[in-house]
Amino acid sequence: MNWGSWSEFWAMGGDGLYVWSAYLVAIVVIFTEIAVLALTRRSILEHLGRYAKIARMERKPRNDDSRF
Amino acid sequence: MPALSTTLSSDESPPLAAWSAATPQRGYVHAGRLCPWFACAAAVLCSIGLFVGLVVAQTDPHQHEHYRIAFIHTPSLWLSVAIYFITAGTAGYGLVRRQRFLSMIASALAPTGALFAFLALWTGSLWGKPIWGAWWVWEARLTAELLVLFLFLGYVALQEGIDDTRRADRASGLLALIGAFGLPLLYFAVFRWSGMYGAAPQGLSAPGTPVIGTGILLMSLGLLAYAVAATLARLRNVILKRERNSEWVIQNFGARP
Repeated sequence: MNWGSWSEFWAMGGDGLYVWSAYLVAIVVIFTEIAVLALTRRSILEHLGRYAKIARMERKPRNDDSRF
Repeated sequence: MPALSTTLSSDESPPLAAWSAATPQRGYVHAGRLCPWFACAAAVLCSIGLFVGLVVAQTDPHQHEHYRIAFIHTPSLWLSVAIYFITAGTAGYGLVRRQRFLSMIASALAPTGALFAFLALWTGSLWGKPIWGAWWVWEARLTAELLVLFLFLGYVALQEGIDDTRRADRASGLLALIGAFGLPLLYFAVFRWSGMYGAAPQGLSAPGTPVIGTGILLMSLGLLAYAVAATLARLRNVILKRERNSEWVIQNFGARP
């Protein structure tokens, strides 16, 4: 254990600005990527739902008159 | 899941040859199974790695605390380069052998590679400032890493910018291949050049104590696991997007009639 107290830890011997901005940006970037992946998946699924409905209607055999 | 043989035409006609028509479907299922494991491994390894790096490791008498940036910088650097060559390899091989699933993998890898290239540059700059006295120097490694970032951004831009998937794969795969041959050339060119015309600044390196080495290793493994998890998650998105016309996607993800 290298630190005596929390304030020592956050100060990083006066280099806190360099060290913490490196880690902060890393964390922000990584969690942004995770959020983007989740949001993209959701929007794809939403589109697929709408898209599949149309595709299913178009692929119905011609002699299938159940819709009429 | 419907039988694998129900996979029908994709949105590309004529469809490109693949290992088999069902490869994307199988890939989608396996990616979904593997992704949570890699995500958990990433969370555990990165937590331990950060604890070792930021809390346990001793203050260095020469670099004080600056070297602690290494725990994020070094893994990002080698990961971005490794992901670049894997992207170029899969994209290139997919292009030559016309295996579109490989192009999907390359397409899923590139944004995560860009993320690590950006992180490597950002953290390298923060580490270099107190040591070199400058945020940026035109040194071989930095210049090569900047090119890696630009190549990744170019790859993603071509993928996103071209609507026709086949053309997008061809253009971006070509770019990735050219970059894969250009990178070593550039590296050695700048290496030679800076050696002849000016003192190349000394490279950034962390103190080589066992604790610090362990921390860097743990972070490398953790971020590698993260990269795999993110790539698998994106691969699933890419597969769904590209295979939206195939029967298995419509049957499994379509709205219930």
